[in-house]
Amino acid sequence: MSTRARGRGPGWVAGAAAIVLWALLPVAWIVSLSLRPGPELRSGRFLPSTFTLEHYRTVFATPLFTHALRNSVGIALVATALSVTLATLAAYAIARLEFRGKRLVLATALAIAMFPVVSLVGPLFDLWRKVGLYDTWPGLILPDLSFTLPLSLWVLASFLHEIPWELEQAALMDGATPWQAFRKVIVPLAAPGVFTAAILTFFFAWNDFVFGISLTSTDRARTVPAALAFFTGASQFEQPAGPISAAAVVVTVPVVVLVLLFQRRIVAGLTAGAVKG
Amino acid sequence: MATLTLRQLTKRYPGGATGVDGVSLEVQDGELLILVGPSGCGKSTLLRMIAGLEDISSGELLIDGERANEQTPRERGLAMVFQSYALYPHLTAFENIAFPLRIAGRPEAEIRRRVEETARLLDLGELLARRPSQLSGGQRQRVAMGRAIVREARAFLFDEPLSNLDAKLRGQMRTEIARLQRRLGVTTVYVTHDQTEALTLGDRVAVLRRGTVQQVATPRELYEHPANIFVAGFIGSPPMNFLPARPEGGELVLPFARVALAPEVAPRLGAGALVVAGLRPEHFEDAALVPAEARGRGLIFRARVDATEWLGSEQFAYLRLDVPPAEAVQLRSLAREQDTEVLRPQLVVSLDPASRLRAGAEAELWLDPRRMQLFDPESGENLSASSARAGTSSA
Repeated sequence: MSTRARGRGPGWVAGAAAIVLWALLPVAWIVSLSLRPGPELRSGRFLPSTFTLEHYRTVFATPLFTHALRNSVGIALVATALSVTLATLAAYAIARLEFRGKRLVLATALAIAMFPVVSLVGPLFDLWRKVGLYDTWPGLILPDLSFTLPLSLWVLASFLHEIPWELEQAALMDGATPWQAFRKVIVPLAAPGVFTAAILTFFFAWNDFVFGISLTSTDRARTVPAALAFFTGASQFEQPAGPISAAAVVVTVPVVVLVLLFQRRIVAGLTAGAVKG
Repeated sequence: MATLTLRQLTKRYPGGATGVDGVSLEVQDGELLILVGPSGCGKSTLLRMIAGLEDISSGELLIDGERANEQTPRERGLAMVFQSYALYPHLTAFENIAFPLRIAGRPEAEIRRRVEETARLLDLGELLARRPSQLSGGQRQRVAMGRAIVREARAFLFDEPLSNLDAKLRGQMRTEIARLQRRLGVTTVYVTHDQTEALTLGDRVAVLRRGTVQQVATPRELYEHPANIFVAGFIGSPPMNFLPARPEGGELVLPFARVALAPEVAPRLGAGALVVAGLRPEHFEDAALVPAEARGRGLIFRARVDATEWLGSEQFAYLRLDVPPAEAVQLRSLAREQDTEVLRPQLVVSLDPASRLRAGAEAELWLDPRRMQLFDPESGENLSASSARAGTSSA
């Protein structure tokens, strides 16, 4: 408590303000750009003279964007659901059971997460074209999954490790089947960890650009970050900066909302083990 | 309600170690059996084998005469209270108690009624809405009991349920558990390392050491006629005094006195061979306070008082004891073998609180030798005549 009080001096306030300003200025600039009329885009002034929603209307009228938005939401949600489900089951096994190769699984998972995305894009491009996954949802969900699964696995394994095993045994003694014990006792207790894993996975899939641009070619599976690169605005003669800004704001909003909504859960998940139930 | 039959139950670990070694016990319907022993004696493992949380390596477990070795905990239908209570932290006290009923898929109205009945029984009424983190240790303990009681299990298994409570609360809960168990009449196996709990709670007590049962008997039987030196040293506080002794022409030579040997015991002792004499602290008294007519029944000896502890209702004195070195070595090796502190350089005696004996003084003490137990220094077995009954239970 005392360290916290000491930390809140004028220096702390100034420092925090500087960091917030530094981090939010580009965001504010994008928001400002997205709200000003076309001719003012190059005015260089921070605040436009008039506000308009025309760029938002434009992007939502552009099939390129609306399709991409649908793809982004769908792919990110499916990848998240799969990743969290698989990771929870795998992490449970790792936290609870002693089996040969447990360390190997964890080490391999970590190694996969460390792999540079770019190095995989070439081989995946060829492979996906051969097996028919190129420019499809599964074609993006699979690579997203393989990068987020290890992360989810680590988060959840360390989280489950902190849950006293006796709780599960108590459930068994209370007449539960092993599956009921897992579902009614372990999963609710692991909820903060599950949320953390889900949000991290969602962000990865949502923000992914490299896979999105390399493994798609049409509206079928192209995600928003990739689609932004193809933006030309309402007509090819117009500056696309306005619509791009508007689209960027639209894809940023869910992330911000998610973080604000689950902020406490994320913190709880990342500091798992600090407090025992 | 159920009878539990344990036949040669054994737990062997993959590494080759044996946790429980051929334990055979019969727990009668409605009986409260205590498993007691020092840490690492296998008592918790044995309980978890009965519960179904630990595999049975060999031997047989019967619940109501039916083999249960292969049954899951769910099929065995026993309820357990854990040392850590293992309450579900995400559920309220009400939901914790309701958990077994919800799992069993009972209708909502019945769940409500039974949880409230149980809460009344345990005096939990106004706490039902709280979560475990908002409950004190004693309250958590009662919720854990409620969770066991509510499902009307065939038997209760308690794994050191009081060891996380402070001393005062422990005493309260001890009587509470005894009262509940009698009232509900449910077969109960209760594990503890605390010999006071064992003596006060149990219909019968099984003393375990290194995975084997040393003696199964009523608390009184255990205390007065321990089967061997381990049980004698483990049961009773302060513990029994062990002294080297040698039979010599119908008498037993103790470090501080000679005692007449009972005629039926004498033939069991080799002439001149060392035996271990066990004397409980309360077998002694300040000679000055012994009524004249009782003085003749015992023997009087003199010793130097090292320290006294006056506790109001009782008083203990520590006396210095001189043991010949050869015998000391022999006793020390026995102590190691038997996991018992056989030889302390002191004799602990219990005195009337009115006694004015003070540290540093030479005191005159009285001893009642009739209650002395004699043990074989090799095997640790009780050699006294009365021990013939010690192995059997009089429950």
